[in-house]
Amino acid sequence: MGKNKNRRMAIIASKGTLDWAYPPFILASTAVAMDMEVGVFFTFYGLTLLKEKIEAKVAPHTNPAMPMKMPFGPKGFQDFDWPMPNLLMGNMPGFETVATSLMKKTFKNKGVATIEELRSICQDTGVKLIGCQMTMDVFGFSKEDFIASVDIGGAATFLDFAADADIQLFI
Amino acid sequence: MNRESHHELDCKGLSCPLPILKTRKAMDALSSGDILKILCTDPGSINDMSSWSNSMGHIILSSDEEDGTYIYLIQKK
Repeated sequence: MGKNKNRRMAIIASKGTLDWAYPPFILASTAVAMDMEVGVFFTFYGLTLLKEKIEAKVAPHTNPAMPMKMPFGPKGFQDFDWPMPNLLMGNMPGFETVATSLMKKTFKNKGVATIEELRSICQDTGVKLIGCQMTMDVFGFSKEDFIASVDIGGAATFLDFAADADIQLFI
Repeated sequence: MNRESHHELDCKGLSCPLPILKTRKAMDALSSGDILKILCTDPGSINDMSSWSNSMGHIILSSDEEDGTYIYLIQKK
């Protein structure tokens, strides 16, 4: 028996952009692959990651350190970090959509799984996915908006699970 | 000990966490004592394979690099 058999990880996923969608699903799927029991509590913008169709985007203008790379062309062109002034990124209509599609393409080129793939692995391997009832009420979501295996709960549900966890993360 | 691997898993071109997730899945299908050969191109896999095997109790028989490909032989406990 591996040493993680009785270990548990509890995560709060509070953000719904593409960059912040990765860590909870990467860590959850990997922890299960290491024999840990995992629960993820999706709250506020993180709750949107439980919707059937994930529409997470990257928001370059709030992440000024984000490298701007092109996912095509010769290596020198791909490695070039495009200087994008915040003023431009924040004001150009559709910039987020373009940046999101460029980043997804880059991820694909680098062999990174999609959020959908990682989430599906989490579902198949028994990661406990908990949706926040309060956020559902605030944003007008119902259980039918989410993928099938979602449990609904509140702070007490998460804390009860997290109290016995060896790893607790707020993302 | 027979160190011939009869099972091979190609994780070339894949980034974290896919090599570990695929290795776990492949290992689940094997029996105790079986050896899995894994091919990766992700340099992060050197530490990840070691940590994963250690935490699972599997034994890394060898860890090599050839022309940018990392080759692991892991024996299931």
